[in-house]
Amino acid sequence: MAFRDDVRRIRAIVWKDLTTERRSKAGFNSVASLGVTILVLFGLALGPANDMLQAAAPGALWLAVLFAGVLAFNRSYQVELDGGALEALLLYPGARWAIFAGKLIANLIFVTLMLVIVVAVGIVLFQVTIPPKWPQILLVLMLGVVGIVALGTFYAAMSSRSRAREVLLPLLLYPMLIPVMLAAMEATKAFLSGNALIEAGAFIQMLTLFDVIFLVATFLAFEYVIEV
Amino acid sequence: MSPASADSLGPPKPAPAWLGWLSLLFFLFTQAYAVLTSPADESMGHLQKILYVHVPSAWVTFGAFGVVLVASLLFLWRGDERSDLLAASSAEVGSMFCGLTLVQGMLWGRPTWGVWWSWDARLTSTLVLFLIFVGYLALRSFVEDPQRRGQWSAAVGILGAINVPIVWMSVRWWRTLHQIQSNPKAVSPIYLRGWILNVIAFTLIAIWLIWRRYEAARFERAAEHAAQAAALGGNNG
Repeated sequence: MAFRDDVRRIRAIVWKDLTTERRSKAGFNSVASLGVTILVLFGLALGPANDMLQAAAPGALWLAVLFAGVLAFNRSYQVELDGGALEALLLYPGARWAIFAGKLIANLIFVTLMLVIVVAVGIVLFQVTIPPKWPQILLVLMLGVVGIVALGTFYAAMSSRSRAREVLLPLLLYPMLIPVMLAAMEATKAFLSGNALIEAGAFIQMLTLFDVIFLVATFLAFEYVIEV
Repeated sequence: MSPASADSLGPPKPAPAWLGWLSLLFFLFTQAYAVLTSPADESMGHLQKILYVHVPSAWVTFGAFGVVLVASLLFLWRGDERSDLLAASSAEVGSMFCGLTLVQGMLWGRPTWGVWWSWDARLTSTLVLFLIFVGYLALRSFVEDPQRRGQWSAAVGILGAINVPIVWMSVRWWRTLHQIQSNPKAVSPIYLRGWILNVIAFTLIAIWLIWRRYEAARFERAAEHAAQAAALGGNNG
């Protein structure tokens, strides 16, 4: 059962990454604090008028997640590289996509935890009133994070092993993420404002479509990126 | 090892000088022809003449990035180094034309729409395309190992190309939501001939530039190989 072996590999990688993180907590604390700091800066740039803050909240939230998330993606490979562990990981038998899936799931959990903090702080700082359609917003948040993490994990596999990794990852990642960010921001905005004229459902469909396309593309391309 | 590494490639076929001269002269001719034959447009006046160079640049941009996509796929499939170098050359030339398209568009937009920039689907996706390929070129310059550079930039090129229609779609939806005026424009037949000639002229220039750039890339690779062989205490065979 080759597939079951791959599932076990994925679980092992997720467990390993999360355990490393849980024991030091240095990465999570700094990335989450950065997310909060970015929100504060947006608040200062846009505030203090309440209506302005409320209108800008979805955009500020997603940009904070994006800017802070970038640090997490490079870090997830950097930890491996420091110990020469990536080579060892590649030497183990098994499919390359299993490594990608493991990294992706670990990053997904990491960024979701960060998102919880950033959203909570965002609600307070940007005077957001929680709308009746909050379950839909949760769905949008999850879909958006999947898109960001899929492309982020993929591009970090390159940038973390190149010179100038701090510059290269955002340079490659941000333009690629524009569709996901646009759809996520608009959907969040639509549900928050409760404006019935905006078809938020269409944005959810679009976001799902983008996620599927980018997941398939990154899974297929990862082998070529990691083996050299 | 890849089936054709640069050692076995031999010297590249040089781009013929006549092609360069032909493209240049033809380009000058089409400019003169287009400007002299076209009357002033009823709504745009002589501003319309920017479209003679604007639209062909945009088309050449998309053509060049199409070449990047195909050459990148070929490189991942066959591992032939020449595909990688062709993709790189085409991306450089494509980015240049993409930048040119954006600047020409702004020069036209300012007097026509009264603004240098509008967040229109076409404009925004062209800008994003430009940024994606700036990233592609940056990646190439930050990675030394040729095999790694080739495979990484091929992956980035392919994903970037996939992203272009997606960006276009998302920006269009985003915009219809915000209801900003659209700007339909059609080319009337008086202008069509000068315009088609310009498309040909721009294509010739792009081919010439990509060819020359590819030639240079081949020499660079050959030099890298020679330096590597010398560093390994090699002989000169």
